[in-house]
Amino acid sequence: MITFEGVTKRYRDGTVAVDDLSLEVPTGAITVFVGPSGCGKTTSLRMINRMIDATSGRIALDGQDVREIDPPTLRRGIGYVIQQAGLFPHRKIVDNVATVPYLLGWNKKKARARAMELLELVGLDAGLANRYPFQLSGGQQQRVGVARALAADPPVLLMDEPFSAVDPVVRASLQDELLRLQSELRKTIVFVTHDIDEAVKLGDTVAVLRVGGRLAQMAGPATLLTEPADDFVRGFLGRDRGIRRLSFISAKEVRLGPAPPDLVTDGDGRPLGWRTGDGLAAYGTFDPETDSLRAALDAALLSPNGVAVAVDEEGRVRGVAGRDAIDDLLAEYAPPVRGAGSAAAEEAPA
Amino acid sequence: MIEEPLVRWDWIARNWDSGSPSAISTLLENHVVTAFLPVLLGLVVALPLGLACARWRWLYQPTAALMNVTYSLPSLVLFSIFLSVTGLTRATVVIPLTFFALAVLIPAVVDGLASVPDPVRQSAVAMGFRPARRLLRVELPVAVPVVLAGLRIATVSSISLVSVGALIGQGGLGNLFIDGWQRQFYTPIVVGIALIVLLAVLADGLLVLAQRLLTPWSRARSAA
Repeated sequence: MITFEGVTKRYRDGTVAVDDLSLEVPTGAITVFVGPSGCGKTTSLRMINRMIDATSGRIALDGQDVREIDPPTLRRGIGYVIQQAGLFPHRKIVDNVATVPYLLGWNKKKARARAMELLELVGLDAGLANRYPFQLSGGQQQRVGVARALAADPPVLLMDEPFSAVDPVVRASLQDELLRLQSELRKTIVFVTHDIDEAVKLGDTVAVLRVGGRLAQMAGPATLLTEPADDFVRGFLGRDRGIRRLSFISAKEVRLGPAPPDLVTDGDGRPLGWRTGDGLAAYGTFDPETDSLRAALDAALLSPNGVAVAVDEEGRVRGVAGRDAIDDLLAEYAPPVRGAGSAAAEEAPA
Repeated sequence: MIEEPLVRWDWIARNWDSGSPSAISTLLENHVVTAFLPVLLGLVVALPLGLACARWRWLYQPTAALMNVTYSLPSLVLFSIFLSVTGLTRATVVIPLTFFALAVLIPAVVDGLASVPDPVRQSAVAMGFRPARRLLRVELPVAVPVVLAGLRIATVSSISLVSVGALIGQGGLGNLFIDGWQRQFYTPIVVGIALIVLLAVLADGLLVLAQRLLTPWSRARSAA
């Protein structure tokens, strides 16, 4: 666990980057620091591995004040990934990944063997090991950056806007990859971003910071979307909070009915479309095992008759869910009523 | 009157390796030593000075200004200053040429270190490099292409500048020019020019080769 206790960073010119920040970063989960530029999110991150030292307050790693640890020693035990990857241009990929093991004095053979494991873990071809960074795409470089941060198996990983410089498609795949890695590795990750969608997608907990370095709200992403603490958080979360929140509700509980005869399927039971007068109409599918209620609702909206087609992982029809079935689940997961019974709650605007 | 040919090959053959101090091969050897010594000394001095200038930025402006003033002084003036101290020796040529090399190499080292991308330096810090190791293993290697570019300029200009030393008899192949002019005999002059150009091209080529071998990672990056 990483603990911030009344941490303030004030620069010599009087600028306050972080103002009396107190929070706890739980072990084995992803905590996202999110906020507009100037909110002190990167400064907060860098105070953990002492790239920046706090002016006052205390940051503790599992109870030990980081200021009691020699910075290089501290940093070798904390993985670090930055936006532009920051790979060493003069070192081959394998040696880039083995950086921290080398610093820790491992012999070359062991360090490289470990680096090869890591390349495989982050989904990179072993053939890239002897290339130089300039020979890799931005997305590949970023994967190498993640592999390098994980090389000495540190319990803590700091990620400073690691996916901001790549295009949206690559970014989405890197995010999915991180979630997959995290489900195996269970690191304590602090992830900084200015992108609220990324924060909500990746974070087990999201800390929203406001300009001037003060904590606006810290909560799980679903709670954040339904119950933003104030106008700043509400504004920062942006539109469609109600819909986006459905991403955190599993579609497992959607009540499925049998597929009606007008749903045309192929020989393997995969849907082809809804039978209409002169052909087939569009349809939408969701996989109740892996998809969210948002995907189920989306699938219903894609079909002209408002019926979503549930499929298994092979894409075969398992059943269908009408709007009524989806609606029942929506009602079940309606946001809690705050201050129930008081007149104020009923008047409060959505 | 017989027309004198531009190059008299028999003179070259007789004087190539005659064993006298003015034999062409001896002058060539002197030229190489007098040209490379200043570059070598310059590099040895420029590395720590350049590092200091990169570390303490305020040092850079005055150092660069001093070096530029030195560079702008005619080499003859510098020779005559050192002539009174070191006499008619090789040092009288090597010392001013070292200053000229410094004027190119100090900025090369400073610019080289400045060429290290910020994310690279930052990730080195964040990985847990201590400052000395970071300098030796990350910053200096990444600075190599820029430093080598400076080294090429310093080397080629040093090779050409040595000839001025002929005025005090320490000009290597430059001595051939004086000889030629005094006797209105062109062969030594042509030989001098040809060998100096050849030497410069050769040295530059070797440095390019060294750069390719030392920094296989930098070629495509600069092309990108």
